[in-house]
Amino acid sequence: MALSREEVLKVATLSRIRLADGDVERFAGQLSAILDYVDKLRRLDTDRVEPLAHALPIQNVLRPDEPRPGLAPDLALGGAPDRAGDFFKVPRVLDEDAGA
Amino acid sequence: MTITDLTACQLRDALREGRTSAREATDACLAAIERLNPTIKAFLSVDSGAARRRADEIDRSRAAREPLGLLAGIPVAVKDNMCTADGQPTTCASRILAAWRAPYDAHVVERLRAEGAVVLGKTNLDEFAMGSSTENSAFGTTRNPWDTERVPGGSSGGSAAAVAARMAPLALGSDTGGSIRQPASLCGVVGLKPTYGRVSRFGLVAFASSLDQIGPFGRTVADAALLLQATAGHDPRDSTSVSEKDQPVPDYLAHLEEPVRPLRIGVPREFFGAGLDPEVEAVVRAALAVYERLGAKLVEIGLPHSTEFAIATYYIVATSEASSNLARYDGVHYGRRSSDHSGLIDMYMRSRAQGFGDEVKRRIMLGTYALSAGYYDAYYKKALRVRRLIRRDFEEAFARCDCIMGPTSPTAAFPIGQRTAEPLAMYLSDVYTVSANLAAVPGASLPCGFTRAGLPVGLQILSDVFTEDRLLRIARMYERQAEWSGRAPPAAGGAA
Repeated sequence: MALSREEVLKVATLSRIRLADGDVERFAGQLSAILDYVDKLRRLDTDRVEPLAHALPIQNVLRPDEPRPGLAPDLALGGAPDRAGDFFKVPRVLDEDAGA
Repeated sequence: MTITDLTACQLRDALREGRTSAREATDACLAAIERLNPTIKAFLSVDSGAARRRADEIDRSRAAREPLGLLAGIPVAVKDNMCTADGQPTTCASRILAAWRAPYDAHVVERLRAEGAVVLGKTNLDEFAMGSSTENSAFGTTRNPWDTERVPGGSSGGSAAAVAARMAPLALGSDTGGSIRQPASLCGVVGLKPTYGRVSRFGLVAFASSLDQIGPFGRTVADAALLLQATAGHDPRDSTSVSEKDQPVPDYLAHLEEPVRPLRIGVPREFFGAGLDPEVEAVVRAALAVYERLGAKLVEIGLPHSTEFAIATYYIVATSEASSNLARYDGVHYGRRSSDHSGLIDMYMRSRAQGFGDEVKRRIMLGTYALSAGYYDAYYKKALRVRRLIRRDFEEAFARCDCIMGPTSPTAAFPIGQRTAEPLAMYLSDVYTVSANLAAVPGASLPCGFTRAGLPVGLQILSDVFTEDRLLRIARMYERQAEWSGRAPPAAGGAA
């Protein structure tokens, strides 16, 4: 399963990881080798086998819908790379040209 | 015998009997760390001031006859992917969290503190727990105390090395595909991965949420049992943590000396196939012979889906879960943010490119690919179907035997740099360990001998879900016959 340069760049973009030009070939080779290895699962007949996401039966856990204290604002904002008051400051999210 | 040669249980007795103090034990560990850490690099950070203060507090409490916890005065090391809110960093051995301070303690860290342990510091790991050698740490690799040109294993290499080199009697690690058991094997210590859900993951930085588990390292089975006792149990903050109504936490120490009889040991033919080093095989088979002399019956079994197919399944499931879990490192709320971006998406892309190492990037991309439109059924869903086959392998095996045994790792510790060029070569280090995580069963590695070159070999024992008490008793049966914990690595003063 040889990944092309384009496929690697597409996956990198989906993963939100900027790959340096020189790294694309290297990652393409390594990812292709790993995908070749995992392809061996095709040898197994699983037509009548249901997927198993958790090996032990687990149920969703609910609690009463009562407010409880969460992380205090200063603690929550303590690691903020850029902070303005009680807000995390980030680059503009919406384009100026985008419709409301 | 110096104080750092005492096991945690021996130290506990010495403290109770007044033969030593928590301060003395802590000072001895800190001195060992100062002497050995520059070479071994087991610890990424140490807070000696806080450790001494805590030790003094415990000594004062003991003198005032106040009630004391299970680990009172015992120094413990914590893998750096578990949150500690005391000012120490929690880096996950990643540049993306190099400056991060956790705003809360992990559940297991709260438990350590409540039981009176003295937290010495945070240990090195493969970045975000992704690796089998600790070479993927962004802050340098840990060296194996038995041969410092070799790896300690991974991803909990720092914790394993710290205990092996007698820098700390106990350490916590995490195991997603073998990351406690394999370094325990390579460093000649006991390491245990509990059943999924036995120990809370709250505050463990998530890698693969259906596979991750926190577990103990100690030099003896009793030490591992003691640390498991302190950390096991329900936590409402981890919704995958099992309820104690369904699975009460037993007393792991109370019956440790009682052998399990009769004992049927399943020996999977797949765990003794191609790729297993002949010296390692010989040492492990000698350990199995000890069990036979104790009256155990060896039963040959098949685990047809649980070696190569399990590795393939693991590198789809774990990477898929990781691609989701690591999406949070985006430079927005915490962690490293790039300074050279030209917009929001570019900020994500550069922060992550700069903050993550190659292995982390590889695994995120693999997982993203496996989950992406057009590939989801062929990769992710297919892997989950095979996961069910792996689970069935174990259900069928445990109907015929009380435990499964084999080598923990196909080789002893390998040289630093030997497997870093080919990711797959590194992945195959986990061929005997990944299936236990996929099937949720508990497993331990215990030291069972050495190669001719003086490198430790580990015996892996797997048992059915929530049978850690029996697993520990089975391990203790062997340990009573063949005590390896007394032998110290050259780095810690043992014979070369």
